[in-house]
Amino acid sequence: MAKNDGNGARSERILMCGNEAMAEAAIAAGCRCYFGYPITPQNEVTAYMAKRMPEVGGVFLQSESELAAVNMVFGASAVGARAMTSSSSPGISLKQEGISYLAGCELPAVIANVMRGGPGLGGIGPSQSDYFQATRGGGHGDYRHVVLAASAVQELVDLTIEAFDIADRYRNPVLVLSDGVLGQMMEPVVIPEHAETHEPEKPWALTGCKGREPQWIKSLYLNEHDLERHNQKLQAKYAQMECDEVRYDTRQIEDADVVLVAFGMVARICRSVVRVLRERGVRAGLFRPIAVWPFPYEALRATRERAQAYLVVEMNAGQMVEDVRLAIEGRRPVEFYGRTGGVVMEVEEVVAEVEKLLVREGVS
Amino acid sequence: MQAVYQRPESLKDVETHYCAGCGHGIVHRLIAEIVDELGIRERTVGIAPVGCAVLGYDYFNFDVSEAAHGRTPAVATGMKRARPDLIVFSYQGDGDLAAIGTAEIIHAGNRGENITVVFVNNGVYGMTGGQMAPTTLEGQVTKTTPRGRMADDVGAPLKVPEMLAVCDRTAFLARCALNSPKNIRAAKRALKKAFQYQVEGKGFSLVELLSPCPTYWGVEPLDALKWIEEKVIPRYPLGVIKDAGTQETP
Ligand SMILES: Cc1ncc(C[n+]2csc(CCOP(=O)(O)OP(=O)(O)O)c2C)c(N)n1
Repeated sequence: MAKNDGNGARSERILMCGNEAMAEAAIAAGCRCYFGYPITPQNEVTAYMAKRMPEVGGVFLQSESELAAVNMVFGASAVGARAMTSSSSPGISLKQEGISYLAGCELPAVIANVMRGGPGLGGIGPSQSDYFQATRGGGHGDYRHVVLAASAVQELVDLTIEAFDIADRYRNPVLVLSDGVLGQMMEPVVIPEHAETHEPEKPWALTGCKGREPQWIKSLYLNEHDLERHNQKLQAKYAQMECDEVRYDTRQIEDADVVLVAFGMVARICRSVVRVLRERGVRAGLFRPIAVWPFPYEALRATRERAQAYLVVEMNAGQMVEDVRLAIEGRRPVEFYGRTGGVVMEVEEVVAEVEKLLVREGVS
Repeated sequence: MQAVYQRPESLKDVETHYCAGCGHGIVHRLIAEIVDELGIRERTVGIAPVGCAVLGYDYFNFDVSEAAHGRTPAVATGMKRARPDLIVFSYQGDGDLAAIGTAEIIHAGNRGENITVVFVNNGVYGMTGGQMAPTTLEGQVTKTTPRGRMADDVGAPLKVPEMLAVCDRTAFLARCALNSPKNIRAAKRALKKAFQYQVEGKGFSLVELLSPCPTYWGVEPLDALKWIEEKVIPRYPLGVIKDAGTQETP
């Protein structure tokens, strides 16, 4: 089935794993520079880009490190190219230096994190344990970036394409969150045509000063008042993102007594949880942030009118639960259930958790 | 009247922030002259380092970017790969290039990136207040080697072009000094060749420039020039260390 038929969209469905689909989506979005360093579970991205980029006249380079990769992205972005890098958790830690510089220098870029368990070397199983790092800005300084979390391969494609548009719109890095399961699983997808994206003019890019005054890209402001002004400008931009880039999805929350809150792959599991609970007569619903920054506080707060309890489900030790509690403001119980280390929770264990919660809270 | 010496177009008419006797200003001037002479100002992008030359964009009259400490060669790689028509040079100090950015410089060189690297070796970390650099001379007193650098303790002074010479894909590597008009003229010739190689697509070139830092060597500017002659050059021999771009005829 085609998306946007008659609008230049490709219509065939192809079976692809998440990592490859994300890479092809980046190419569809007009990304012509990819720099990466291998790390499991995102190695398909580098392999795919190595093959495809030369075919579309783009640049693929396997860098010597994640530090180098993200700084190559910095360079490519500075001269006006749509550029991307991807990695998995330990590699993203290394990229944080560059992400902070990208934000400070107001350069667009897309960085994908196919999350695995940590801390440290951790493991290679799927995880969501980089939520804090992703949403709070793991690098130094007061900066923010939109963080998009996909829960299916098609969504990963669509969000990756959107990520390039958002990055250009704000001249800011954008993070795409995936995980070890989503990256490896195969699903049929439609890759939209390049024509769908809106790459703007980039008069700020360093393209040589022919016909104009020389310009620079920098984040250094040694005068504290200049730096404060720069920060105020950045903060205004982040405030704009908080207004305009909220993305979420809900399922059966209109009449829900209990709302599950989950993002990414876990939201998929929670859809099954909701189905099972509904079959047992429990009015359950699902709230799924698609952008985990900006977090959909208001939309989630609105569900408080009806819902009596919340269960946040994550593949970590309870990171997004803090944002959910901020949204609910203590007016309803917000419980947490999570697995770590790469363990994917079963539907039944979450169902049992919800049932316990309902008994505890006296909801029938 | 005919002007025989004037400010190059590639250099802005601004006051310098560098200390008296510092070599960075000379290097800026040489680069600006070369960019003008090669007629590449309108397609040149410079990358300023983290270090005393971090304010490069205040001086160069062409496009300039910042880079994180030591990552300059990676930024240059991204730029050049994305836009091969641009002339991209990175400007790096010894801390930037030979300490935190060692991996980036070796791998950019080893890939034969078609970029030009201007490596200003003043033997100390200037911007942070005179700490030891990998290039600091043995016995040299710095803020972090108060009893003089001891090789047994912190390693011996690092010879960057020699290290890069073993990478097959490096094209042009030279070391010059900024301590006399003669040596400065030689430095200009080497730098010009390094830029020319990029214009001609010959690959990675790097010129190391032995540069005075009177402030953190704790000497008068003129004595710093003597210090280069007597102490620095013997440890870091001048000359072309590698030139893969010219076919030598026996
Ligand atoms: C990641 C990081 N580490 C440390 C610093 C602090 N720092 C600024 S300049 C500098 C040393 C610069 O020395 P060098 O490259 O020799 O250049 P010079 O100042 O001597 O010209 C250091 C360590 C920094 N800015 N960023």
